[in-house]
Amino acid sequence: MATEFVARGADLELVGIRKEFPGFVAIENLDLKIPAGEFFALLGPSGCGKTTTLRLVAGLDSPTKGKILIGNKDVTTDKPHERPVNTVFQNYALFPHMSVLDNVAFGIKQRKVSDPMPKALEALKLVELEHLAQRRPAQLSGGQQQRVALARALVNRPSLLLLDEPLGALDLKLRRQMQVELKAIQMEVGLTFLHVTHDQEEAMDMADTVAVMNKGRIEQMGAPETLYERPKTIFVSKFLGQSNLFVGDVAESNSDSVSINVAGNKITVPTKRAEKTTGKIAIGVRPEKATFHEDQAPTSAAGLNIIGPGEIIDIRFTGVSNQYLIEIPQIGKVTVFAQNVGKSPVTELGAKVWVSWKVEHSFGLSDLPAENGEGK
Amino acid sequence: MAQVATRAPRSAAGQPKKSRIVLLLLLPGMIYLGLFFITPFASLITTSLQAPVLGGGIGQYQPGLEFGNYGFVVNEYMEQIVRSFVYATIATLLALAFSYPIAYFIGVRARKHPVLQGLMLTLVIAPFFISFLLRTFAWKELFGQDSWISNLLRDSAILAQDQYLLGTPIVVIFGLTYNFIPFMTLPLYTNLERLDTSLLEAGSDLYAKPTSTFWKVTFPLSLPGITSGTLLTFIPIAGDYVTASRSFLGSPNTAMLGNVIESNYLRIQDYPSASALSVMLMAAIVVLVSIYIRRTGTEDLL
Repeated sequence: MATEFVARGADLELVGIRKEFPGFVAIENLDLKIPAGEFFALLGPSGCGKTTTLRLVAGLDSPTKGKILIGNKDVTTDKPHERPVNTVFQNYALFPHMSVLDNVAFGIKQRKVSDPMPKALEALKLVELEHLAQRRPAQLSGGQQQRVALARALVNRPSLLLLDEPLGALDLKLRRQMQVELKAIQMEVGLTFLHVTHDQEEAMDMADTVAVMNKGRIEQMGAPETLYERPKTIFVSKFLGQSNLFVGDVAESNSDSVSINVAGNKITVPTKRAEKTTGKIAIGVRPEKATFHEDQAPTSAAGLNIIGPGEIIDIRFTGVSNQYLIEIPQIGKVTVFAQNVGKSPVTELGAKVWVSWKVEHSFGLSDLPAENGEGK
Repeated sequence: MAQVATRAPRSAAGQPKKSRIVLLLLLPGMIYLGLFFITPFASLITTSLQAPVLGGGIGQYQPGLEFGNYGFVVNEYMEQIVRSFVYATIATLLALAFSYPIAYFIGVRARKHPVLQGLMLTLVIAPFFISFLLRTFAWKELFGQDSWISNLLRDSAILAQDQYLLGTPIVVIFGLTYNFIPFMTLPLYTNLERLDTSLLEAGSDLYAKPTSTFWKVTFPLSLPGITSGTLLTFIPIAGDYVTASRSFLGSPNTAMLGNVIESNYLRIQDYPSASALSVMLMAAIVVLVSIYIRRTGTEDLL
């Protein structure tokens, strides 16, 4: 048997992976290293190549070019059953003709591990389903099936656990609950998790490291906080949360800050938070970092970006916050989130307001939006 | 199917007007069953109990309750009865062995190529475009004494100079298998066509080699297809009287139940014996099939 029974996670390394399908390239050139024991999320819209990446790691597809290493061992040409990897499939893929317990025991029986049944029951206990061991998968709810699929993979103690949008089919409440459980299980067993999802909240909530994937490439990779606070590309700034973007030519640039001129308004970003410091650049700010002021412009001060005046054209109450959409002539629409802290909103539609935020909350991006100007 | 069946009587009970329509719609089917199934069946049973007319000629019988007819035919034709079921079993297993890979290829591997899939399905069904009798007759020519197949086998010393292919069990079983293979392939295909291939991926992901994935996942999930396929081949083969007959691929040494029934009816004109054999064939098949379905437990799978 090529796979030994390991109890610890292993590194995963993808080197120069390229995957072509007839007619299109799913993955262009992917380099990725996931350290052992990490919860790694691959985040991206559908069709970005994240599921393909997962299938390559599992061995269900083979790359056109490149190498896959698990724990420093080249597994590129290994068959799926020879790899120390298990997958929780998007549709769970539970065997309909077997009981829940037999499903969970399948992998360890194949590997001829001693005492498969007690081990399988143990795994079912971990996901709190031991009372349903004799049921058929079809008799379980979606959330229960998902947990069986997780137990069926975890029982093998794989070096690497692959999760293909496993929470996609669950309702919001169950999903939150499973996110917490999944994270707890990962901490408990210490395996390397590679989680593929299109849900940015899920990725940020659970993962140690998030890689944002777009059109077969990784746009940006890092801790969730870094990715959120300092997105480097337009795609990341919009896929991970919302952003207001402003585009203009650089007017001033020194070692501390870079400023652009947008229709007469000066917008500044700290140099260390800017990807590009010359020519036409895009600067963004998160809606919750911005505030608005009524009646008169706030006194301009160092370290503050002020734009306006504009008109409030939409107000949305979402519970935790109010979301204001402000139309500023020649700049476009700007979104501002104001936390709902009990003060009743006195601002009304049509009010004339100025928007401001701290310079240190700006971020400068490396590319420009496809259609000019409008931030969202 | 089951849903439709359970829904119909409920709505019929609720609305008397509709129940009359349901009855009206069922009527042609009922009449058909009565005329062409119940009547011949009753006639078959009464015939099987007839006694010969004393001093009468050949083929003259009178109504009676001659249960001894059954004992007589069992004693007289035990050899052919056993042969029928042995041939049917072998031919069914052969058909399964040939059909499974074909059905798997068409239903699973060729899924992404609908044109190839359609073409291969047509090839499976194509033999039906020509009459069953003509095809069997063609095989008779191919296996004939001076056919190239016989000559080739004689030249390569597989067949002795004075041996014939026709009339041997091998050729008869070959003919039976050939004639009924599509009845095995099609139900297997419809089953495998629905096979969820992500289950196979899950199997390989869970350390199962392709062979173990086949026996642990694919095969058990295809049992309903195997069951309907084996029933659709085994039942007609057990009663077949064309392939094994002397006019086609068989000889007196390969006579099956169907041939015995045929000769009793049409040549010897021993109608009670022929009827008794027919009734027994039906009963035996019903018993075997019920045991088989009970055993494979297919209702569990769906």
